[in-house]
Amino acid sequence: MKKYTFTEKKDTRSGFGDAMTELGESHPNVVALCADLVGSLKIAPFIKNHPERFIQTGIAEANMIGIASGLAIGGKIPYATTFANFGSGRVYDQIRQSVAYSDKNVKIAVSHAGLTLGEDGATHQILEDLAMMRAMPNMTVINPCDYNQTKAATIAIADHEGPVYLRFGRPVVPVFTPADQKFEIGKAWMVNEGKDVSIIATGHLVWEAIKAGEILEEKGIDAEIINIHTIKPLDTAAILKSVKKTKCVVTCEEHQANGGLGDAVAQTLSQNFLAPQEYIAVKDSFGESGVPEDLMAKYGLTAEHIVEAVLKVISRK
Amino acid sequence: MQTKELQDIASQVRRDIVRMVHGCKSGHPGGSLGCTDLLVALYFQQMKVSNRKGKGGYISFKMNGADEDLFFLSNGHISPVFYSVLARKGYFGVEELATFRKINSRLQGHPTTHEHLPGIRVASGSLGQGLSVAIGAALAKKLDGDDKLVYCLMGDGEQQEGQIWEAAQFAPHHKVDNLIAVIDLNGQQIDGATKDVMSNRDLKAKYKAFGWNVMEIANGNDMDAVIAGLRKAKRLTGKGQPVMILMKTEMGAGVDFMMGSHKWHGVAPNDEQLAAALAQLPETLGDY
Repeated sequence: MKKYTFTEKKDTRSGFGDAMTELGESHPNVVALCADLVGSLKIAPFIKNHPERFIQTGIAEANMIGIASGLAIGGKIPYATTFANFGSGRVYDQIRQSVAYSDKNVKIAVSHAGLTLGEDGATHQILEDLAMMRAMPNMTVINPCDYNQTKAATIAIADHEGPVYLRFGRPVVPVFTPADQKFEIGKAWMVNEGKDVSIIATGHLVWEAIKAGEILEEKGIDAEIINIHTIKPLDTAAILKSVKKTKCVVTCEEHQANGGLGDAVAQTLSQNFLAPQEYIAVKDSFGESGVPEDLMAKYGLTAEHIVEAVLKVISRK
Repeated sequence: MQTKELQDIASQVRRDIVRMVHGCKSGHPGGSLGCTDLLVALYFQQMKVSNRKGKGGYISFKMNGADEDLFFLSNGHISPVFYSVLARKGYFGVEELATFRKINSRLQGHPTTHEHLPGIRVASGSLGQGLSVAIGAALAKKLDGDDKLVYCLMGDGEQQEGQIWEAAQFAPHHKVDNLIAVIDLNGQQIDGATKDVMSNRDLKAKYKAFGWNVMEIANGNDMDAVIAGLRKAKRLTGKGQPVMILMKTEMGAGVDFMMGSHKWHGVAPNDEQLAAALAQLPETLGDY
């Protein structure tokens, strides 16, 4: 098992905010919009440096999406920011008609996705956004795993023409990907090569997958770990190559089992290469209040749960 | 262009509208006929748009609309009038109007950029979104130091959508004063009279309270009144407030049996009704 360590923990949203600060200098057409959550999105430095390129919409997300579409018509690269809950389900039709169907170069960049939003509870813990955005034609869907990857993704999408849904999170988590990484949209990252099982993970679950890989190694199981940061377009070639080798797969995501990464992988496998699959995901339920670690444990999204799922899936081979 | 010429174009556009909806046995003639005079006045006289010809002799359309006035149709169901005006203006061939709502057409039931029809900048149809998009385009112009204007047409029934009021609150707060919005007050929507379905009450007072500079066009089917209204609206731009025109129209204007009722909101005429409608509308520019 390849060794991964971290020297600090940082929130992925800070990766977004710091990338925006850089984009403020490197990309004069980048404009930021926010629906009353500037502090949460960490974009205060961007606003300080370029106040004329920041648009405060107030608590009015539908209007924000429409304005972003209009800015894109005028050649700007708008980043529409809010919590993932309010930047997906609340404005699905606005994104669908004014952004995706209209093919506008709008970046929907949203924080506080999933259970790890924590104490605010299920009203704010969106666990269906990947499913919604995956279902939308013409949408690129990205869920980075740590500070560095989020920062790299935020910068990369500025040069990608087309609508993007970029979701990240609230809590501090280990920073374990390289600071100088090149982020390639739609390209899987091979975290660890192995032969017994493919663990395919996205977002905060990637670090859990690495921890699981270490536990499995002690049990004599050689796990291949793949990070899918781009849920759509999916790197099906990388997934198939891995599963054809290992003959089984565990998918891991901070999202409903319905419609997320797991289903995207299952769709690929069912049409190309049948193999047993287990899901590490929320099983058709809403979240609740609590600290992130407790919630991840209660809803089955930890390294220990991944280990259990791996043992089960291997037994099904 | 003189008023008479604009009226002649409007007559032809109205012929196009009833023929288009008849041709596919669906679509929305009522609101299209009611807003014909406005769109003709905008595209053939009041808006500054590029007339530069490109491929095939059609107007070379630039999506970003730099240094041009922009028009957004929020109530996308009145696509027939939009398509006819764009074709008559020269964005694409009038013969393409015959493909309206048919398979493999660029003239979808509701306007879209998806099929790359020149003249369209955003999809509309799901109501309440156009004003927000227009605001965004107006903000982009401000960022670029572009002094041209952005227009947005909405329906009065559409005012029932919540997003409209998010946009209505935003534009004055951010001093989007290069924006002229128009509400087509025809008083009708699918299920009946707007006052009965869901009253808008006093739109003038509402928009004033939100911080708009509100004016009226008493008869949006009188070309002179429309022109005078648009001229006045333009004079009100650049003064720190967005401009709202409340424009009274008659749904179905120009075709007597379609006027004054919601029944022709989304119904196509049969052969007999088409003939009766066309008899009232002189063919001025040649049918497609």
